Amino acid sequence: MSITERQFSRRVILQGAGAVALVGLGSVSLGLPALAAANDKYPEEAFKQKSDADAIKALYGKAAEASDKIKLDAPEIAENGAVVPVSVTTTLPDVTSISFLVAENPIVLVASYRLPAGTVPAVANRIKMAKTSKVTVLVEAGGKLFRTDKEVKVTVGGCGG
Amino acid sequence: MMKLGSAIRLGFCALALAALAFALPAIAADKVDPVADAKAFKKFFYDKFPKLKPEDFVNGPYSMDEGLHKQWVEKEQFPPYEFAVEAGKEMFTKPFKNGKTYEDCFPNKGIGIRQNYPYFDEKEGKVITLELALNRCREANGEAPYSYVKDEMASLTAYMAYTSRGKPMDIKIPDDPRALAAYEQGKEYFYSRRGQLNFSCATCHVQSPGERVRTEVLAPALGIVNAMPIYRSEWSGMGTTSRRFVTCNSQVRGVPFNPQDDEYRNVEYYLSYVANGLPISGPGARP
Amino acid sequence: MASTIRVRATNNGDITEVQALIQHPMDSGFVKDSKGELIPAHFIQQLTFEHDGKPVFLADWGGGISKDPYVKFAFKGGKKGDELKVSWVDNKGATDSTTAKIG
Repeated sequence: MSITERQFSRRVILQGAGAVALVGLGSVSLGLPALAAANDKYPEEAFKQKSDADAIKALYGKAAEASDKIKLDAPEIAENGAVVPVSVTTTLPDVTSISFLVAENPIVLVASYRLPAGTVPAVANRIKMAKTSKVTVLVEAGGKLFRTDKEVKVTVGGCGG
Repeated sequence: MMKLGSAIRLGFCALALAALAFALPAIAADKVDPVADAKAFKKFFYDKFPKLKPEDFVNGPYSMDEGLHKQWVEKEQFPPYEFAVEAGKEMFTKPFKNGKTYEDCFPNKGIGIRQNYPYFDEKEGKVITLELALNRCREANGEAPYSYVKDEMASLTAYMAYTSRGKPMDIKIPDDPRALAAYEQGKEYFYSRRGQLNFSCATCHVQSPGERVRTEVLAPALGIVNAMPIYRSEWSGMGTTSRRFVTCNSQVRGVPFNPQDDEYRNVEYYLSYVANGLPISGPGARP
Repeated sequence: MASTIRVRATNNGDITEVQALIQHPMDSGFVKDSKGELIPAHFIQQLTFEHDGKPVFLADWGGGISKDPYVKFAFKGGKKGDELKVSWVDNKGATDSTTAKIG
């Protein structure tokens, strides 16, 4: 891919909001992982926030409204706070991003996923929970931000010592 | 002065209480009968949990609690212990300094044989567990033994258990008084109280399976070693049978024995034998 | 050395489902060791899945993701035999990548 082609692609990506097919840089071995353009930047600031309001602001810059079109699957009582399987599916259209927050964690933002067009709006992952907490999933769809929450109990194992 | 009738009733009550407190399948004190033991042990658990199939017992707390079961099923789709199994497989086939491998120490190159351990070695007159056999293999080939409670042993036994998954536990007690004695000692260990909390293994795993000790759901004793070694969420890693026995002793505030001491090998022998026929589910995951 | 990434990608006509399990400590930086000292943060920050040269899923992770992280997602497209490229970079700048075949 020539330099001018790359610059053209960058312009297209920076112009568009929402789902745009990101073009890879191929396997240029600069000792760097093959990432696409500017908006692939790791959300460093969001991963420093200690409250969900701050994390949402840093990550999306907009308020989230509750939605019943998001299904958050998380246990009532986590077997162990170190590995809590949490998944989400949604019927909201044009989903571009899904993120997970754990309100009582020292760093509230746990994960943020970017979904290019064509990716099914559903994610399953395993998260850490420091203690009983509200778990929030954020879904960015059609440029707007939606959320749903669920309380997950975390107990210290009795025989866990 | 008590009337005779009352005295007899009192005596009977005392005997009944003693029998209840023991919570054991009744056996004649002077005859070791592992076959009858195993039958009674299984019947106790099958009666206690009529909705469970025999093979469900090898999944411990996951067969006791719906919420735990769901989380377990999700994690089993792609379990975190995969790396330990792979590491074990790699170690198993990597040559020692003398060019031999673990494959040379075990029947069938170590594949699909885990369900035969522990066994009673009649030459030596003692119970040999899989962990012990692995370290003996190392020593016989000029290598230093591994710790019984660390990753290497956990990975090796995880791999061997994995190759036996689904196979029924198949422990033999030869017609040898020393084997019967080892079995009986293991059984006695299992039912003996220890530690400041004064719990026996049975206190939790026979009297209270499915119930909670603080916040943990207790596993039934039937099939409890079938899942070994186990990846515990609490350890964030794979741990051996030895490690679990040691930590269980510490948790009842008792002084643990050394890994692979007689007591541990014998109780593993007992627990494995009474679970004969139930499938190997190892390596297992646990909270 | 073997890759830290294990991938299972299966195509069912329209949709390709992907599961990945990665060997990584994912230390958050908040946990103390047995000597009471903080174990430094060491976790995967970005994880990328590419099919046909295009990203199909991008993950931004923090230390709140469990050790030996797992993720599952699905995308439209892909067919049996296609390649899926998976790569990660962690907070120490270490990277790993692998290519898996869709089954």
